[in-house]
Amino acid sequence: MGMPGSLTHDIIKGPPPPVDRGFGGDGGNDGRGSSRRASFTGLYVLLAASTMIFAAFTSALVVRRGLSDDWVSMPKPSILFVNTALLLASSAALEIGRRTLKSGERSRFNLWWSVGTGLGLLFLVGQALAWRELKIAGIYVASNPSSSFFYVLTASHALHLLGGVTALVYVDVQALRLSLGPAKRTAIDISAIFWHFLDGLWLYLMVLFYVWG
Amino acid sequence: MSSPAAHTAHHAPQGFIRKYIFSLDHKVIGLQYYFLGLFSVFVGMTLSVMMRYHMVHPDAKVAIFKLLWPGSAAGGIMTPELYLSLMTMHGTIMVFFVLTTVPQSGFGNYFLPIQIGAEDMAFPVLNMMSFWTTFLALVVMMAAFFVQGGAPLSGWTGYPPLSGIGRITGPGEGTGQTLWIVSIAIFCGASLMGAINFIATTIDLRCKGMKLMRMPLTCWTWLVTAILGLLGFAVLLAAGVLLILDRSLGTSFFIPGGLFISDQIISGHKGGSPLLWQHLFWFFGHPEVYIAILPGMGVTSHLLSTFSRKPIFGYKAMVYAILSIGFLGFLVWGHHMFMSGMNPYSAMAFATLTMCIGVPSAIKTFNWIGTLWGGKIHFDTAMLFALGFVSLFVTGGISGIFLGQPALDLYFHDTYFVVGHFHMIMGVAAIFGMFAGTFYWFPKMFGRMMNEPLGKIHFYLTFIGVYCIFTPMHFIGLAGNPRRYSDFSNVEFLANLIPVHQFMSYAAYITAGAQIIFVINLFWSMMKGPKAPANPWNATSLEWGIPSPPPFDNFAGVHPVVNHGPYEYSVPGAPTDFTMQTDPPTVPAEH
Repeated sequence: MGMPGSLTHDIIKGPPPPVDRGFGGDGGNDGRGSSRRASFTGLYVLLAASTMIFAAFTSALVVRRGLSDDWVSMPKPSILFVNTALLLASSAALEIGRRTLKSGERSRFNLWWSVGTGLGLLFLVGQALAWRELKIAGIYVASNPSSSFFYVLTASHALHLLGGVTALVYVDVQALRLSLGPAKRTAIDISAIFWHFLDGLWLYLMVLFYVWG
Repeated sequence: MSSPAAHTAHHAPQGFIRKYIFSLDHKVIGLQYYFLGLFSVFVGMTLSVMMRYHMVHPDAKVAIFKLLWPGSAAGGIMTPELYLSLMTMHGTIMVFFVLTTVPQSGFGNYFLPIQIGAEDMAFPVLNMMSFWTTFLALVVMMAAFFVQGGAPLSGWTGYPPLSGIGRITGPGEGTGQTLWIVSIAIFCGASLMGAINFIATTIDLRCKGMKLMRMPLTCWTWLVTAILGLLGFAVLLAAGVLLILDRSLGTSFFIPGGLFISDQIISGHKGGSPLLWQHLFWFFGHPEVYIAILPGMGVTSHLLSTFSRKPIFGYKAMVYAILSIGFLGFLVWGHHMFMSGMNPYSAMAFATLTMCIGVPSAIKTFNWIGTLWGGKIHFDTAMLFALGFVSLFVTGGISGIFLGQPALDLYFHDTYFVVGHFHMIMGVAAIFGMFAGTFYWFPKMFGRMMNEPLGKIHFYLTFIGVYCIFTPMHFIGLAGNPRRYSDFSNVEFLANLIPVHQFMSYAAYITAGAQIIFVINLFWSMMKGPKAPANPWNATSLEWGIPSPPPFDNFAGVHPVVNHGPYEYSVPGAPTDFTMQTDPPTVPAEH
């Protein structure tokens, strides 16, 4: 560390802190930090949309389960717990990375962020293994409403995760190419928060599978 | 320009493709949406004219039908299945590609950033993607006409089991229905992208001084519409995914067991609930009504104030009414399902909440009238359409009170009363909002004025025409005329109503024909209209402070500063009868 040069300097300093004028302020906007603020707003709005999608699936599950007598709870692959651990670990690694970057240790950031990205990819591999296990056991999407919902929910989560992994890989490539300018700090924060959201969503789905699935 | 933070003007990209096709400029994207909607509205209108013609001439051999549908209109006679597919496509195209697209994505894209003093939307690339995704959805939807079996039959609501089983339930229920669902799912994605952009832009890109309570009411309605779209389309997307799985992978989310269709027992499905689809669909579908109408309300409020030369009556009440309409819109979806079998207590709850929406709606109506009261009203065409909006909103809204009562709805639900109701309020009122917006903003968008005499002829023909089409529908509905049927000619109890149908059909032909006047006016004025000044209406909001048409980055590098509310007309002591939002702050007079 301690490498002189404007690049490193920039990275350590980060973007100008957004001035918080509060929601409903005078909208004062001199251009500085406004795109960062808008990015966060966009992210939270996106999370609201994703939440609605899963809320719709959940209410469908509850209604479908309650309305008929053909619901047979399906056996869940035990690898799901390993996957859960992988996903939680990846979130933790990303968060550690984010904090090391704040204290200016860029090479450790690169390491932690790569670890987090790798663990995220491993989670996806683990999910594929879980589906394979179900396939071998003869449990398909149309076998039972329980398995239908399992596939729908895990696949929708995995699609979200693919988007998240793409963002993580993008940040990682930028980091390893040493081009993490201030603008990229927003990308780091956004992708990390999105990833934590997917973490929470997955924990919720696990509860759903084991309690109601 | 000594400050390093001072912005320089951004320059437009050169080259046709980056400038007009894959443009990142919100103004170009807004126009792309507008013209996509214009194309769609003519497709949808043509379908409706064909349906109206068939209804009064069920046995006629029509060469055009034969030409367009050699399979399902062999010999030129429209089959009932073809009629249903036209009805489905009319509803779908109009609701999604016109009512959802033009007022929000068209005008909203063009004018939201300008009215709040921003250079562009928050995420220009996302904005471009959202348009092209919508375009893709339209292409997929139109493709349904051209596949084997033709377009689907299940209506714009796509109720299963009809929509969920496949070819066996009707000619268009094979590939056509699949394309329909795929198109809707794509459209949901596009709308979500748009909603994210609108919300982030409104919250974060307002210029200095543009407090939320200084935003024009148009911006408020675009914001609330975006929130409705965000929450509603997410749910529709989820429902669409489940429906596709039912069709293609044999799941049973919506398909019950033991169905007997076209002399066959449907095996392979069991336990699904068609009602589940209805709940998910209408949780989107009711807010969708407000997605269509809210921007029209915003434009109407904006225009009534401008053309009466008076501040809007009760600005804050209007804002709270918009917000509460948006909120209540999510609590009333059950009133579309009174006929589907519902616990009477739930029905009572939905009915009560439905009545509650009457309160903010009435607040808006009274405030519109209050705005007009005592004003110096200028009857330009834009204003006429805004007044027409108020009229149609009241007419269509009142019949909503009838339909919100479960006991009455059981009678009305499958009659023309409903057709009259939703065309008045959701269809025509929203379209009047678009016409008002077009005449009002045309000078800004194209730098030329539209022709007023042509506009007025078009207005009166359309206004009288739509009342002639849709008012009788309420009466034939009361008389028990069922909707969705292609032919009433051999039904004894409807025989007396046939002349009414003929009257409505003639009114429809004339009204549809009158739209040609609008198209001529639009394109002729674009080329040959007189040059428009920057502020032809002496209006106050930010878009009128910049040249017509606006420069690439809207404010040519200057950051506007807002000192006034959006509706400061006829302020006592002011030099003119309008105070621009960017005018210097008024110094309190010494006395």
